[in-house]
Amino acid sequence: MNRESSGYTIIYASVMVIVVALGLAFTHQVLNERQIANENTDKMQQILRSLNLDVSAAEAQTKYTELIKNAYLINDEGVKVEGTEGITPNDPAFSTELGDPQAAGLPVYEAEVDGSTKYIIPMNGAGLWGPIWGYLAIESDGSAIYGAEFGHAGETPGLGAEIDTAPFRNQFREKNLFRNDEFTSVAVVKPGQANSRRDYVDGISGGTITSKGVDNMLLTSVGRYKSFLMNLHTANQ
Amino acid sequence: MALSSKTKAVLLGPLNKNNPVIVQVLGICSALAVTSKLEPSIVMAIAVVLVTAFANVIISLLRKTIPNRIRIIVQLVVVAALVTIVSEVLKAFAYDVNKQLSVFVGLIVTNCILMGRLEAFALGNGPWPSFLDGIGNGLGYGWILVVVGFFRELLGSGALLGHQVIPQALYDAGYENNGLMMLAPMAILLVACIIWVHRSKNKELQEETN
Repeated sequence: MNRESSGYTIIYASVMVIVVALGLAFTHQVLNERQIANENTDKMQQILRSLNLDVSAAEAQTKYTELIKNAYLINDEGVKVEGTEGITPNDPAFSTELGDPQAAGLPVYEAEVDGSTKYIIPMNGAGLWGPIWGYLAIESDGSAIYGAEFGHAGETPGLGAEIDTAPFRNQFREKNLFRNDEFTSVAVVKPGQANSRRDYVDGISGGTITSKGVDNMLLTSVGRYKSFLMNLHTANQ
Repeated sequence: MALSSKTKAVLLGPLNKNNPVIVQVLGICSALAVTSKLEPSIVMAIAVVLVTAFANVIISLLRKTIPNRIRIIVQLVVVAALVTIVSEVLKAFAYDVNKQLSVFVGLIVTNCILMGRLEAFALGNGPWPSFLDGIGNGLGYGWILVVVGFFRELLGSGALLGHQVIPQALYDAGYENNGLMMLAPMAILLVACIIWVHRSKNKELQEETN
């Protein structure tokens, strides 16, 4: 058979593509369940880190179900959307992506640590090279931060990527999102500088744009929860 | 099993005098990007060894059937399929490492070493020598990555495979991690140092100077 004829080339290419597609589809089917489980575990680990608990992937599931008492979606007025409660990965709070325009609301997780309730809210924003995200655990007064967790897709190692380290996230403890009953969020400033109007933490030296991204995320992403936090703030102070 | 001297050269050449990274200067991009820690370097090395070896074997088996006009496309499809499988397996069994390697697993597709070996070797040789050639070139790339990853993690984070190895006492005495080691430019300097040592040991590789 002539290897250089057009007919042979076309048939060769078609058969090859079909064989490869079947092979890849099969691989994906076989591994998909494990991959989703990994992603869910990773998300649980992040949520737990916002509660200042660094647990291994093996313990994440148990610890998560032990501490997280409730999860639900809220609407723009900060009121719980009926029928959205549940903490498992299949429930709306866990599976809703923040920023999805079709979502029925914003996810909130309720955790109980040492007898007091903490509210955990997700955040997302943009760093220098790609997306950044995080979780903020807030005390029941809706203002004081209990713990924070940050993640990034591909910030510069050693510079912007430092936002996912413990020294950076631990600075957020006990900072307040409200000042004089007004939502100010927490600012990220250049190390050594101050901000008299808002509570602040030090940014990353050499990671200016990533630090600004975190600052921005704390304003806009957390800002979407303003009514919810305000309701907590007026009810519990 | 004894290997003939020719097969030995195919397997071991790329580790030393025909090294893809330090002699042919291929695959530098990923060598710089993933070596800030030792663990991703090792995983990347293993991934590349597997992909080069199996892509070489597959292309070698198909070499008598591939239409010449679309051979590059066929090579790309084979490599892309293998890389996708590696990436799926990593996502399922080594999720954390996969996160650190991020886009670079996918970018193995564009790794110049791979296409080079397929074009230059697998299309003209049988499956067994092609397999050895793939393993050899993968390892030749891999050992450079591991050496660079070793020094970058040791000097940049004071750790190896995530375990602190530089004692706290040294930090108390004023020692500091070298943050520059975490950045890509230091990786290229380290690769340059390896090339320097390698060439001074192999005089025949040195370019003529006028």
